[in-house]
Amino acid sequence: MSDTTPPAGPPTRGMPVRRWLDRWLPKIALVPSGVALLVFVYGFIGWTIWLSMTTSSLLPNNTFAGLRQYEVLFQLDVWWVSVINLAIFGVLYVALCLAIGLFLAILLDQKIRAEGWLRTIYLYPLALSLVVTGVVWKWLLNPGLGLEHFVQSLGWTGFSFDWLVNPDMAIYAVVIAAVWQAAGFVTALFLAGLRGIDTSIIKAAQIDGASLPRVYLSIIIPSLRPVFFSAIILLVSLAIKSFDLVIALTGGGPGYSTWVPAIFMYDFGFNRGQIGLGAAAATLMMAAVALAMLPMLIAELKERRDGRKN
Amino acid sequence: MAARTEDGVARGGPIARCIVYGILMLAAAYFLLPLYVMLTTSFKTLPQIANGSLLSLPSPFSVSAWGDAWSSACTGGDCNGLHHYFWNSVAFTAPAVALSTAFGALNGYVLTKWRFKGSELIFGLLLVGTFVPFQMFLLPMARVLGIIGLDNSVAGLTLVHTVYGIAFTTLFCRNYYVAIPDELVKAARIDGASFISTFRHVILPISTPILMVCVIWQFTQIWNDFLFGVVFTSGDAHPITVALNNLVNTSSTGVKRYNVDMAGAIITALPTLLVYIVAGRYFMRGLTAGAVKG
Repeated sequence: MSDTTPPAGPPTRGMPVRRWLDRWLPKIALVPSGVALLVFVYGFIGWTIWLSMTTSSLLPNNTFAGLRQYEVLFQLDVWWVSVINLAIFGVLYVALCLAIGLFLAILLDQKIRAEGWLRTIYLYPLALSLVVTGVVWKWLLNPGLGLEHFVQSLGWTGFSFDWLVNPDMAIYAVVIAAVWQAAGFVTALFLAGLRGIDTSIIKAAQIDGASLPRVYLSIIIPSLRPVFFSAIILLVSLAIKSFDLVIALTGGGPGYSTWVPAIFMYDFGFNRGQIGLGAAAATLMMAAVALAMLPMLIAELKERRDGRKN
Repeated sequence: MAARTEDGVARGGPIARCIVYGILMLAAAYFLLPLYVMLTTSFKTLPQIANGSLLSLPSPFSVSAWGDAWSSACTGGDCNGLHHYFWNSVAFTAPAVALSTAFGALNGYVLTKWRFKGSELIFGLLLVGTFVPFQMFLLPMARVLGIIGLDNSVAGLTLVHTVYGIAFTTLFCRNYYVAIPDELVKAARIDGASFISTFRHVILPISTPILMVCVIWQFTQIWNDFLFGVVFTSGDAHPITVALNNLVNTSSTGVKRYNVDMAGAIITALPTLLVYIVAGRYFMRGLTAGAVKG
């Protein structure tokens, strides 16, 4: 094959072999990835949905059971504990990340001298494994020797911060660690958004006498809409998938108090030999992500249609 | 990103600026605190941890926790430290990063410069696939790995990470190549360059930035993975993230050795942290490429 030499000499487009190769090689090149996509992504989605509609328990089987696994699932307390935990965790995680991210991004956008350094510091947690984050915060939040002990040793002896071992509060401890991990990332997203705003409108508003908070509230923040959108989509899908952090930080405990659907899926599907229930939980997780994605897809399609009109 | 040439919106007197800097420094301290505590704790002795302050510097300075974490701490089944699992992670991360990046570049090239009927559909399917929770793949994949004899092995993890990484690398490369003028490729083809030689001599030489993004993104994702590791392997074949969790959360006997836990956490975090420090700019670009615009 002459493929290895740089293009030279007279055009060879007319050569039948070359034309055949140029026509088929691109398609052949996509075959491995295409097959992987069909089998390992879409095939497995179908397979998992099918498993959720069978009587599979310790071993997968193909005895059709309709929606019985879902009925069983909905009667399990631990499933609802997982769902409610995910709701609490998800809402707080998304809201806090957005609030902290937007706030820090606005401050960083004020011609700050050490901006590069600060951005690097804010973002580094995202390079860490969630297991590492969980391990570190487990140490910081442990009541015996961690932050509680530290504040007490400063003189405030009545200080209590035992969220990690308190079943009612442990899920909020997970929120603290998760927000620490992702807030810098959201800051970076908002900062990029702020830098993309056309400053002439802002200048005009300021000349017209608009105060700084007013400029932010009525001009800058509304124009960050797309950033809010992608940040929310991303954070919601991260929240629904959260698993590693909870395992490392609380192990799902105390008791079941910090279970989330991802832990439920893993535990029922792999530890308890309840494959049908595990598959049903996974399917519902995918449905939740799809629901979260829907508004973005609709907005994206609308934008594309409008873009074509202009 | 259009940089502003004038003073953005910044205003305000020196007091306001002091407050802004104060808050930003406070935030930096909040983000750095866990890293600081992790580092200092790992160099302390156990009596120091029990009697000293959380924020104090280690004195005497001891590296014994690091040695224990690396070669003798108990990680569930055995007590040989993390070193074996560290090399496990290296053994599947390196090939999975290389393979998924190579496929991503090739796919991106075809999907932008050699479009054919149905290629947009393939890309759409791929894009949707990136959002599916991995939980949907676990049960079938465990079955398939068992059937082809790759369960509980480094080779199995390589396969899994390569397969589920391709969607992301293809997305990155496709979005990068779409901005390269088609004329460049057309000119090469008129000169007689084939599908492969156009890729090698026209596309690859200008691909360094996006390949860096792919490599860094894939490296952090695969190294940091816990879910696939815990589901598809057991015992000897665990990746380091699973071993770290076992080290911290399953050692039941005796006193909790926080210094060993922290040393283990740093050992686990070090590779991705180094990559972030050396190539942080590509790290951010990969994140925004994946997040802001699909």
